[in-house]
Amino acid sequence: MNPVELKYNKDHEYARVSGNTVTLGITDHAQESLGDVVFVELPDDGTTVTVGKSYGTVESVKAVSDITASISGKVVEVNTLVLDSPDLLNSDPYGEGWLIKVEADDLSPLETMMTVAEYEAFVAEEEH
Amino acid sequence: MVELKRTPLYEEHKGAKAKLIDFGGWEMPVQYAGVIEEHHAVRKKAGLFDTSHMGEIDVRGKDALAYVQMLITNDASILHDGKILYSPMCYPTGGIVDDLLVYRYDLEHFFIVVNASNTDKDYSWMLEQVGDFEVSVDNVSDQYVQLALQGPLAETILQRLTKVDLSKLVYYTFTHGEVDGVPCLISRTGYTGEDGFEIYPSPEFGRQLWQKILEVGATDGVQPIGLGARDTLRFEARLPLYGHELGREITPLEAGIGFFVKFNKVDFIGKDALQAQKEQGVPRKLVGLEMVGRGIARAHYPLQKDGKDIGFVTSGSYSPTLNKNIALGLIPTELAVQGEVIDVLIREKPVQAKIIPTLFYKRGK
Repeated sequence: MNPVELKYNKDHEYARVSGNTVTLGITDHAQESLGDVVFVELPDDGTTVTVGKSYGTVESVKAVSDITASISGKVVEVNTLVLDSPDLLNSDPYGEGWLIKVEADDLSPLETMMTVAEYEAFVAEEEH
Repeated sequence: MVELKRTPLYEEHKGAKAKLIDFGGWEMPVQYAGVIEEHHAVRKKAGLFDTSHMGEIDVRGKDALAYVQMLITNDASILHDGKILYSPMCYPTGGIVDDLLVYRYDLEHFFIVVNASNTDKDYSWMLEQVGDFEVSVDNVSDQYVQLALQGPLAETILQRLTKVDLSKLVYYTFTHGEVDGVPCLISRTGYTGEDGFEIYPSPEFGRQLWQKILEVGATDGVQPIGLGARDTLRFEARLPLYGHELGREITPLEAGIGFFVKFNKVDFIGKDALQAQKEQGVPRKLVGLEMVGRGIARAHYPLQKDGKDIGFVTSGSYSPTLNKNIALGLIPTELAVQGEVIDVLIREKPVQAKIIPTLFYKRGK
């Protein structure tokens, strides 16, 4: 159920590439591990994010979790829907539950990310 | 790594695909279907909790009442056989060793239920206080499974399994009877803000009763509930949790449970310190907070006013019943003014919160 066209990192976040624009979000496994998401904090439109650095927070009832940028660049769109309905991260992490869109400075950091097959193997290994 | 302790219901939790966590050295279910769903199930229908990790300590002997009276701040002399009392147990400083439920079997036998993570500490403390009292104090935690059935339908469901007339078992009393043919201590108590029962069978019958209660309550919507919802439920009902609202450095007067400190009873440990604190004015107060800005206040986050630290959050969460982000915090008494706005420092950033009454949720009668 993890989309094949996405790239994944070890923090259970995904990147969807469309031209120079990269959409970031958390994976199905991430939402499953977190449990009911009740709060999301995201950067404002027009701010910049840096690869490997935290750009916001996702909180479930019991846990606070930083979200890390897979790419550097300017935030061109924020999913304001999830600010009011954080449960979208649980119900549709790859669709309506996306987080931000970034105009990438350089797409090369994506090359170090995992393919869906690599990511699923990583998840399976982590669970043991 | 220290091996985690497991309750006799461990296989049930695993079979139900519960998410298991380390809770004070115990491998316990934090959630089954999801914290929010479980929370609502208990508020609206019924939920079953494995609370076997809780500690049980037996006090027996000629001086049992006098000994218990010296240990706790509440007045155990008002108990009759079959009656239960909630009480803090304090250090001479007035700080809290633990909060307890004290069950009176008879004048020479009290059964004390303590917090899981405090069991060893409490037991040692209680042994140290025996002195010349003619009592025996025993940690009998291994002899019981504890199941909590909580929620508006708890009585209906449990009644199907027992001949004990549960409608006559009033709040904070207990009796002995059979549940599904298994001898149990049945107590009308709980930690959720709902009506309900806590049932204590021998460990070998734990799984049978767990399965049976879920089976006979299935049509009523009973669900197994993890520690995640246990925490949000108790928090909404302002039931304090040791290590959060209560601790060695916090007195019952500060924690808002001064009602359970009875200065007009016989001497007890901590009385002088608490009396002095009361006379001099209690320095801190537990307040309720409702987030005004965006964010969730979590335990230990600093509280500030005009950029200065004034206290800390003791518990904080999204409240499923109120659909709001709320918290409890300890601040100086003079700043504890309803309606005032203070700041919660969330990841270095001040976020506004309004002081509100602490009792966030009270069930309808």
